[in-house]
Amino acid sequence: MIRPARARGLRAQLVLVFLLVSTISALTAAAVTYRQGHAAIVDRAQADVLQELRAHLASRTPDLPADPAETDLRRLARQLDLAAGTRGWHTALSYRGGPLIAAGKQAPPLPAHLRDQAASARTALAQRFHHARTPWLAVAVPVTAAARPHGPSPLVAYASVSLASQQRDVDSLAAAARAGALPVALASVVPALLAARRLLRPVRRLRTAAEQMAGGSLDTRVSITGDDELADLGRTFNTMAATLQADAAALRDMEARARRFAADVSHELRTPLAAMAAVTEVLDADAASGRLAPLTAEALQLVSDETRKLTRLVEDLIEVSRFDAGAAVLNLDDVDVSQLIAKTLALRHWHDRVRSDVPPALRARLDPRRVDVIIANLVGNALRHGGPAVPVLVQVQAGADQLAITVSDDGPGIPADLLPHVFDRFTKGDAARARTDGSGLGLAIASENARLHGGTLTAANAPGGGAVLTLTLPRNQPPNLWQT
Amino acid sequence: MTRVLLIEDDPAVRRGVSLGLRHRGHETLLVSTGEDGLAELVASAPDIVLLDLMLPGMSGLETCRRIRAFSQVPIVILSARDDDVDVVVGLEAGADDYVIKPASSEVIEARMRAVLRRTTQPASADQARTTHGDLFVDRVALRVLKHGEQLALAPTELKLLLFLTAAPEQTFSRQQLLEQVWEHTFYGDYRLVDACVMRLRAKIENDPRNPRYIQTVRGFGYRFGPL
Repeated sequence: MIRPARARGLRAQLVLVFLLVSTISALTAAAVTYRQGHAAIVDRAQADVLQELRAHLASRTPDLPADPAETDLRRLARQLDLAAGTRGWHTALSYRGGPLIAAGKQAPPLPAHLRDQAASARTALAQRFHHARTPWLAVAVPVTAAARPHGPSPLVAYASVSLASQQRDVDSLAAAARAGALPVALASVVPALLAARRLLRPVRRLRTAAEQMAGGSLDTRVSITGDDELADLGRTFNTMAATLQADAAALRDMEARARRFAADVSHELRTPLAAMAAVTEVLDADAASGRLAPLTAEALQLVSDETRKLTRLVEDLIEVSRFDAGAAVLNLDDVDVSQLIAKTLALRHWHDRVRSDVPPALRARLDPRRVDVIIANLVGNALRHGGPAVPVLVQVQAGADQLAITVSDDGPGIPADLLPHVFDRFTKGDAARARTDGSGLGLAIASENARLHGGTLTAANAPGGGAVLTLTLPRNQPPNLWQT
Repeated sequence: MTRVLLIEDDPAVRRGVSLGLRHRGHETLLVSTGEDGLAELVASAPDIVLLDLMLPGMSGLETCRRIRAFSQVPIVILSARDDDVDVVVGLEAGADDYVIKPASSEVIEARMRAVLRRTTQPASADQARTTHGDLFVDRVALRVLKHGEQLALAPTELKLLLFLTAAPEQTFSRQQLLEQVWEHTFYGDYRLVDACVMRLRAKIENDPRNPRYIQTVRGFGYRFGPL
């Protein structure tokens, strides 16, 4: 069964419980009232009838002859009926178990059970019965002969009274109880809602605060009212938030310091490198001149090569720290993608080693310098890791609002354990590989450049072997303002 | 052989760059402050100035401005890349190009040569002298006159103007201009172009805010005219 989620909410549950409790209380009260009222009214009626009948009989039976005939009995019954007054009972007499002698008025037949019992009864009897869908009360009073007080009663006087008016009283009582129960139950919704609101307001506040914290505003706190369990929860929440905030601030601070340090180190390295980079040529020339001892020449060549690599590494480090500091900006331009790729390959003298398949006259808005860096990195990696003389293919597919540039090679592909870490900083393609290629930051920078464009860079292996790196770029970058 | 004035405060960089350039057959004049640089410029009339932006005392920027106040000598900034703002302001102050440190002497020399070539353009015979509105462009004497007055144009400004007036009403992208005027083979810094156009407008336009000669074609680049 599908229930709306709100029905399981605390508010709904509270309202339901309140309704249930108040309904049960109201119904119980109504039932008890009905029973008690019913009993009281009917018993009173029964007692009254018996008392009066006894009184009338006591005043009239002495006039009866010792062995009354039917006419005597009928006269007595008539007298009794007349004496009933407002009660309006119907009396009947039975002498020595004989037939009932009534005054002649139409009366409902007496219950057989009462008659059977009355024959041998020594005290008054009463029985309620229904006739023509109205409740009736029948009473039987045995009249003992003065001569034989302990013998069986020769004469039994019966009276039957309609209980319709009593029934009406009881019915209106029940109706009143019933009518009272529904509004009471409904009215209980109001305190239920009030209680729910009072209970749920701090809960809602906590939820909002938790959502805000999840959204990153760690300075969120809840205001605490009262001194109940919910207030305790709020206080605990605030303590937790404060701890989290302090931890996050400490972490951010450490991270910022680490980043600043990396950036500062890179910059400090720059000045000595500027001096060294300017003289590598002199070293190369001397090492190649043949005038030096072979060891010296080799040492010079080593210093010169490593200086170039160090220069490259420091430049990449500075680029990375710029991304980390959020200082990297896009310089967008409207360019022809095939020209851009052709130029990227030509600049690095790769155009004879790399095939490209690019739709002509495809224009896109991007930062050509950064995209050039990305593609150069992907192609450079494919050429290096694909093995010697491996064919590399650059393909471009244009979608409506996206541009996919894939660089694939027919090499051995990327090892499965390395695949998730390809774009990590300083991931080395092969732990045993000699440190001959790049700074270890190339793909990380390429990935950052893709992200800066709002695009993605992913690595996978083709089913037929070989690595496939895919760069997606949005085609419709918002044009950036440029000066007039 | 070129006479290079190197204004650089770090002694190691000064010596390294000097070594590299001398190895390539150039003559170097070394100073460590902007003030000394200005004095040396007047005293020895170098062919080109290599200027570090991070100088003690008078900044590289101020030095650049002061040189431009009296001289059209080619200036190449040696910059630590992060001083992006400095680079832009340096370009606006009249530098012709910039090189990011660390750089090999090969790169430094290539940039110097590109800037130096701007002042020795071979004149195209058919359009040696042309008039555009109030401007008179003389490709033989490599000078530009406005209302008969010669304009003091830095090498790059001159080359940019000669390039644009050679093909009036044709739009060039900033990348094209970088390749043609600055001889950057790589994807360069468009701010070089924007800063140079701004400086050029300040010198040739009557109202630089509402340019008549060098017009911006939004989303594409720049063109000369139509007048």
